[in-house]
Amino acid sequence: MNEAVRAKSTIITKLKYQLIRIRYRTDILLSLIFIVIFSFLVLFPLVKIIVNSLTYQDYDLRLVRNARLGAFTGYHYIRVFASSLSYSIFIKPFINSLLVGFGVTIVAMILGSLLAWVIVRTDIPWKRFFDSVIVIPYMMPSWVIALAWLIIFKNDRIAGEKGMFSYFFGITPPDWFSYGLFPIIVCLGLHYYSYSYLLISGALKTVNSELEEAGFIAGLKKSTVLRKITFPIVLPALGSSFVLTFTRSMGTFGTPALLGLPVRFFNLPTRIYASINSNNTGDAYVLALVLVVLAGITIYINSRIVGVRKSFVTMAGKGFRNRPNALGVWRYPLAFLIIFFLIIVFLLPLLLLLWDTFLLYPGDYSISNLTTHFWVGKSNFKIASGEPGIFRNPGIWNGVWNSVRLGVLAALINGFLGLFIGYAVVRNRGTRLSKSLEAVSFAPYVFPSIAMGAIYLGMFARPFGPIPALYGTFTLLVLIVVVKNMPFSSRSGISAMLQIDKSLEESAGIQGIPWFKRFRKIIFPLTASGFLSGMILTFITAMRELSLIILLVTPNTRVLTTMIFAYEDQEEIQHANGVTIILITLIVLANFIVRKFFGNKGLTGLKET
Amino acid sequence: MSWIELRKIKKSYSGSPAVRELNLKIEDRQFVTLLGPSGCGKTTTLRVIAGLEEPDSGEIIVDGKILFSREKGIFVPPEKRKLGLIFQSYALWPHMTVRKNISLALEEMHLAREKIDGIIKEVLEKVQLTEYIDRYPSELSGGQQQRVAVARMIAAEPSIFLMDEPLSNLDAMLRVDMRTELKRLHHELGATTVYVTHDQVEALTLSDRIAVMEKGILKQVGTPEEIYKKPADLFVARFVGSPRINSIEGKLVSESGNYFFKKGDIKRKINKKVESIILDLKVNSLIATIRPEDIDVSQREREGWTKADVYSVLPAGSETILSVKKDEIDLSVKVNGFTDIRMNDTVWIYIDPFKMNYYDPRSGKLILDVGLQRK
Repeated sequence: MNEAVRAKSTIITKLKYQLIRIRYRTDILLSLIFIVIFSFLVLFPLVKIIVNSLTYQDYDLRLVRNARLGAFTGYHYIRVFASSLSYSIFIKPFINSLLVGFGVTIVAMILGSLLAWVIVRTDIPWKRFFDSVIVIPYMMPSWVIALAWLIIFKNDRIAGEKGMFSYFFGITPPDWFSYGLFPIIVCLGLHYYSYSYLLISGALKTVNSELEEAGFIAGLKKSTVLRKITFPIVLPALGSSFVLTFTRSMGTFGTPALLGLPVRFFNLPTRIYASINSNNTGDAYVLALVLVVLAGITIYINSRIVGVRKSFVTMAGKGFRNRPNALGVWRYPLAFLIIFFLIIVFLLPLLLLLWDTFLLYPGDYSISNLTTHFWVGKSNFKIASGEPGIFRNPGIWNGVWNSVRLGVLAALINGFLGLFIGYAVVRNRGTRLSKSLEAVSFAPYVFPSIAMGAIYLGMFARPFGPIPALYGTFTLLVLIVVVKNMPFSSRSGISAMLQIDKSLEESAGIQGIPWFKRFRKIIFPLTASGFLSGMILTFITAMRELSLIILLVTPNTRVLTTMIFAYEDQEEIQHANGVTIILITLIVLANFIVRKFFGNKGLTGLKET
Repeated sequence: MSWIELRKIKKSYSGSPAVRELNLKIEDRQFVTLLGPSGCGKTTTLRVIAGLEEPDSGEIIVDGKILFSREKGIFVPPEKRKLGLIFQSYALWPHMTVRKNISLALEEMHLAREKIDGIIKEVLEKVQLTEYIDRYPSELSGGQQQRVAVARMIAAEPSIFLMDEPLSNLDAMLRVDMRTELKRLHHELGATTVYVTHDQVEALTLSDRIAVMEKGILKQVGTPEEIYKKPADLFVARFVGSPRINSIEGKLVSESGNYFFKKGDIKRKINKKVESIILDLKVNSLIATIRPEDIDVSQREREGWTKADVYSVLPAGSETILSVKKDEIDLSVKVNGFTDIRMNDTVWIYIDPFKMNYYDPRSGKLILDVGLQRK
């Protein structure tokens, strides 16, 4: 009895101690709060998706006799993986996803690493210019090039007009060239090269020329040095870039939807989209889990590769030199080649989209067919189902407002959350609490966007716990974009916090300065630049987001990307292209303004993710 | 008025102990140095006092008030301990001027603007940086930054100063100057000071008392003289003093009722009064230590001196360190100024028996010290 009393009193003093200390440990408080919130927003959906994949859904009741809503079943797994339908539901889209993944990765890696080597390690002129503009295409939605492809190479097999190529040359491109795997690989490759470039150029910049010079002095030939010294050093970065580009392109939605759906070419994301559209959520959840597992595997592989990379001490801190390789007579021809390349992947698609918006009938490039109707025309029921021109179209202006609002809100919320999470993680570094917070804030990374949209659709359609029904509200869009971007903002928050020594805050604490003031006066100003670049990144990502929110938007909450997709779907090509131009203009403008007023921080933020 | 008491402080990081059962009392107005090699737990101890680390167990008491006790459910956060701390990196806020660095904490005390300006002026005068008031830390030299850190600390008038290797980022010349300044400052302000360093010269020159630590254990606490002359064990003996103390492992032999320490030609009689202490230990060998400056050297043969070969000669201006070899023993010998002794010369050395300490070779603990022998 006595012992029990004593045990109880020690527990009480222990609790008392924890309560007192935690009042002054804002980092711990923040960690706890964030872990609870994110578990709810991230882990709960994962559980939910697993549960849903293992129980009967509405759609199944019509197909399966004796099925009871919500009863446990392996039906979906059998249907997806081991039935006569498996080939069309799973195997074909899976193979297509892999083909797209490999194809895009190879194209992007070849382009990205060649450009990286030329720009970082040779004496090519206008280096700094190239280094900053080469990643601009990355700011555009990945499917812009696909829109341009359609303008040029569309054939008449599918509904609608022929493309520019047919018009000018009279040759109709074959199906495989206009739609499906081939154009998807080309278009995505021309987008994701910038991603490979960022990773590989980052690695190349850390290679000390002295390592190469040591090779030359030892009497090695230039090609041998490249093969035996430079290549092995950047090999981990190449590997990492391969894995990450592969995952991204495999899980991508926009381009395969635009170029694949017309010929019923499905990859996993478009298959999920189609399943959800036909209300077959069971299949969709199983397929979504496949994507989650694949993402998990690639993260694991990547962490192994990056782990190895850390063992290369390429940066010695002192005596670092970058002596470029001489290109000789090839200097200017190569530079012009790069400019030409940039025009093709960036300027040309935009110009084509712009041109197309001035055509009254798509596919007719004669002078008489030019019109400004799609920009300034009033509603005319003979054209585009009576959609008024872009500048007169309140729907589009509402979309602009929604997109900008979404971008700004997500950027602000993500920026601050990232900062607080970074603070909580870094201050507690090494503890279990810190590791759990880092893991839980990184978890949204494994969710394929389209799947996450599907889960949130189900989760927030009805009031849920303390949260009212959010479906149809703008809040839901902000919520999902914020959660999906959490991995990137928390990463940039963590890296910003790692830059400042904890003694800077401790010295203020010792002097009696309370936490909030320490944060406002010391931590925030010192991490502001990282905070800002993280915000721009979130803004860009939110503005060009499509697959994440396509299932969640309602007519009132439509944003520019979903409008483009809808216009394209309804064959109102000029509107689709015009709105795309507006979207890209907004993104570039925002980036420009921030760079102008807050220093040259805009695009550098891209490199942190 | 501030005294600090640490009672049975334990702290480990993910299983490996950093501080083990540390008991230490620091008297009011004393300058106490925590001395030890890196990783010995000295900085952890300082951070525990500051409240930046929470020990696993134990108590911290300042002026009779408990600041920390897990067992009693007490934790006073650093914000409320009213201490001053100088970090190794100085931790000056890089985005604030010198003025702002100093005033930030003062503003928190809700003092009038004129009062704050007055304090800033006063402390900057004290550290002779008045004209740098509107500079940013990056525009100051290392020594100036260090002085700003001092100014920032004293501005809030804490009664306890904590300093974590404040001089280690300065170059050698500046370090010596700043030592003088810090000692002066302590004398003028009379704040109880806990100073962490791995530099034994710094510890000896600055401290009222030195606490030597190794692997999380407090090895010895004493005045600089006690630490230097009567190191409590071989670790302290070897860590304090430069060049390193000489240690000679020899046999304990008895001849005609007397006990001797014997190693080769070196043979020293052990005082009758302490014979019993050594005999109680039941050892048959001993380790004797002797400071390099307590060995005399001669170029001519002398009665009772031992012959040795000179292995190297390292003149350093005010002194010359000789390294001599006798049988298998290497000895460092310090002589004043320069010498005409050359490498490979033969010399005769004399080890003062009253300056030798004897240690138990198994535990490394001091058995006989200089003071005991003199009696």
